Amino acid sequence: MRAVSEHTGRGVALRRDDVDTDQIIPAEFCKRLTKSGYADTLFANWFTDPAFVLNQPDRAGASVLVAGHNFGTGSSREHAVWALRDWGFRAVVATSFGDIFLRNAWKNGLLAVVLPEPAVAELADRVDADPAFPVTVDVVRTEVRAAGSRWSFEVDERARWLLLNGLDDIGLTLGRDAAISAYERARRPWLPTLHRGRFGTAVTVGEQR
Amino acid sequence: MSGRTLVEKVWDDHLVHRADGEPDLLYVDLHLVHEASSPQAFDGLRQTGRRVRRPDLTLAVEDHNVPTDSLLISDPMGRAQVEQLAANCAEHGIEHLRHGTAHQGVVHVVAPELGLVQPGMTVICGDSHTSTHGAFGALAFGVGTSDVEHVLATQTLPMRRPRTMAVDFVGRPSADVTAKDLILAVIARIGANGAHGHALEYRGEAVTALTMAGRMTMCNMSVEAGARVGVIAPDETTFAYLADRPARPTGAAWDDAVAWWRTLRSDPDAVFDRTVDIDVTALTPFVSWGTNPGQSVPLGAAVPDPASFTDPGQRSAAERALDYMGLVPHTPMRDIGIDTVFLGSCTNGRLDDLRAAAEVLRDRRVDSRVRMLVVPGSMDVRRRAEAEGLHEVFQSAGAEWRLSGCSMCMGMNADRAQGSQRIASTSNRNYEGRQGDRARTHLVSPAVAAATAVAGRLAAPSEL
Ligand code: SF4
Repeated sequence: MRAVSEHTGRGVALRRDDVDTDQIIPAEFCKRLTKSGYADTLFANWFTDPAFVLNQPDRAGASVLVAGHNFGTGSSREHAVWALRDWGFRAVVATSFGDIFLRNAWKNGLLAVVLPEPAVAELADRVDADPAFPVTVDVVRTEVRAAGSRWSFEVDERARWLLLNGLDDIGLTLGRDAAISAYERARRPWLPTLHRGRFGTAVTVGEQR
Repeated sequence: MSGRTLVEKVWDDHLVHRADGEPDLLYVDLHLVHEASSPQAFDGLRQTGRRVRRPDLTLAVEDHNVPTDSLLISDPMGRAQVEQLAANCAEHGIEHLRHGTAHQGVVHVVAPELGLVQPGMTVICGDSHTSTHGAFGALAFGVGTSDVEHVLATQTLPMRRPRTMAVDFVGRPSADVTAKDLILAVIARIGANGAHGHALEYRGEAVTALTMAGRMTMCNMSVEAGARVGVIAPDETTFAYLADRPARPTGAAWDDAVAWWRTLRSDPDAVFDRTVDIDVTALTPFVSWGTNPGQSVPLGAAVPDPASFTDPGQRSAAERALDYMGLVPHTPMRDIGIDTVFLGSCTNGRLDDLRAAAEVLRDRRVDSRVRMLVVPGSMDVRRRAEAEGLHEVFQSAGAEWRLSGCSMCMGMNADRAQGSQRIASTSNRNYEGRQGDRARTHLVSPAVAAATAVAGRLAAPSEL
């Protein structure tokens, strides 16, 4: 993963709570096999509305999304993060996030940070008033800065450390192979196991596919 | 030292590595895979030259993209995703249940009914409704694709233990209140993000009285309250359910297993971070009116007036929801006419759910203006239902008897709602556009779904 230590960009406010992952990217766009190329799928059902904030020409190039409560609730689809990233967002500031979304975001270098409600409200007002208003999300100092204000945020320490150093999470865990193998040797022997053909059959009914 | 909660016991039992300030590294006993969240994970393995560590602890199922009226996936992208899963499973030696084969179905229906989910296990799947498996006293987390790749490669996941929250149901509910109504009442009470960061444990007489299907319905929707995990302590109902499942432990191992499973309950002196009491004695069937599952009311109530919400965020959310749903405040829920009824999904597509709906539909007709889809949660459910003649009840009532898959739960396959159809759905999410671009979803229990199909409007069986 590419290391990220901070991002500064123009903000845009999405004044809605409970924006679920089905809104961020409708399921029909989750059929692709790739991890990128989702820019055209972001908020697909909302982009059809000319009044939608991201349709406004002065919002082109915005990279910090100021959202509301419970952003990214719902499905586990990582496509939601890929779509935000591919559209150009590098950070999302909200009062709270769906748990799985938050985890997915940091794994992809999208800086999803929680700020208190007054801070989010102030940011939303500022970016609404001025499309060029810059917002900085600083992972090193764990703070958001905008104009003269600064607010610190809390973040999962491991997620932060992985991102700051551009580390491969899986590679690190593979370094614990001895501990994993030791655990495996001690597992209860009757726990269920599978093998190909145990329940599956190679041939489908009627061979219609 | 105080006692431990069920979640803490299962968590501690799966610790591979623990260090101060770091997340715990947890072992994963069962990894469930489906075609929609896995292609990029397998691709990641390919790019890094890694292998699947434990194909023998991994099960793949085709469910999100498959049509339920034929075996032919007409959409090329959906077909490509399913074929990619088949190729990935072949390459890595993973057991794979294909569309049209005997045990295929929705992943969260299939794994339990094969006996692959047992008390005290950890279960991971790239799907938020993995919480379903908590019904067995297993610790089951939904994850994104990066974590799917992590589990494929290492059979572990670094995680921080969630806070714990006990949901204590107090009293005995009336006979027409189902698991779906109980969980909708919980979500309406605590909110769509009310359990954020917590693992829920459901307790009380109303929970122990549920069948395993009902317990799975309840745990399934934990994520709709913002929790990743919901658990129920295993008991005789759990053991009886598992006793004849193919993947259960056998012989002496069964006795060992049951002895261990009996210890899997929160100690009397265990401390939860939060506790909520839900009085169920006065509950009645619940239905949703808005665009998140927390926006639900009793069926006998009316569409709320946004002005009645004191919280400004909730008020504007209610206004938007009513606009999307095409509803007017104060309309009695019972006056809301329905175009489509969907009975199915990993929430309510099990045999007990089909039985409950069939009981209502027996010797009745689906209203001529209503289309009803009955989609068994798995091909096993379908076969068992047919052995009981339930398909004949549905068909003679005028409902469609389909193959198994996620179907109309989510608009990824051919079973998408058209236009702004209004749907009474036994699934778990009433989000904007979830069942089709402008589809309007009302979440209901199977019994209410069936009664609604007959009445052509939201209705309880007692009204017919
Ligand atoms: S039935 Fe619905 S909720 Fe369940 S796995 Fe399928 S799409 Fe997800």
